[in-house]
Amino acid sequence: MNPALLRSMSLVFTASVVGSFGMVFLKLGSAKLTRSIFSFLNMHLILGVALFLGSSVFYALGIKSGQLSVLYPMVSLGYIWTLLWSRLFFKEAFTRQKFFGLGLILLGVFFVGLGSN
Amino acid sequence: MSTTVTSAVPQPDAASRRRSLILVFSCTILGAIAQILMKVGMSHFEPKVLSIVTNVPLIAGYSLYGINTLMMVLALRDGELSMLYPIIALTYVWVTLLSYALLAEKPNLYKNAGIATIVLGVAVLGRGGRK
Repeated sequence: MNPALLRSMSLVFTASVVGSFGMVFLKLGSAKLTRSIFSFLNMHLILGVALFLGSSVFYALGIKSGQLSVLYPMVSLGYIWTLLWSRLFFKEAFTRQKFFGLGLILLGVFFVGLGSN
Repeated sequence: MSTTVTSAVPQPDAASRRRSLILVFSCTILGAIAQILMKVGMSHFEPKVLSIVTNVPLIAGYSLYGINTLMMVLALRDGELSMLYPIIALTYVWVTLLSYALLAEKPNLYKNAGIATIVLGVAVLGRGGRK
């Protein structure tokens, strides 16, 4: 594997991990919402949005040079991390539907990636 | 970290669960429109302040992303992260269809098979959440 592709792949990989933590913080922040619009400005939501912005920087750097058909589906690794964090941090159940549904989605994103070269 | 005290696994009622699903579904459509707008905006991107602040598609795209995030947060308040987040993958479906219609991108077998599989996956997830 050439070093440039490896570099792109690690950047996109990092983006998927950082983005999945963004989602965890959005979930944490969502529990703090009240009727006041200012409740959106809580630390968890701000950190969540910051992680998303950070993730998009890694992603943009990663896809700048490299095969989109490989890198594009790698973003959906974020779905796997999010499934793990949901279980770990929020005690959400692993169910057959979640695994099966997610498996189909990953396969679908992989195909879309193959088609967009 | 404030989650529910009564049970480790929150069990929202059917109405709020449906509201979460509708919010995330709307997010995927808005997100797709945002991506198309940003693609159009980036096609005449110049790294100058005046050029960026007058780049209407780019600014509209970013604003939609902002609204999207707010809606996602509202959805997450009453729904499971592990069920709602993968539904965001529907964005791929709308982006692909919008690119066919508006950006004259050519359909191909892989893309069509891909979006069909994603739709199926989201349907499985959505059904699982309903029981």
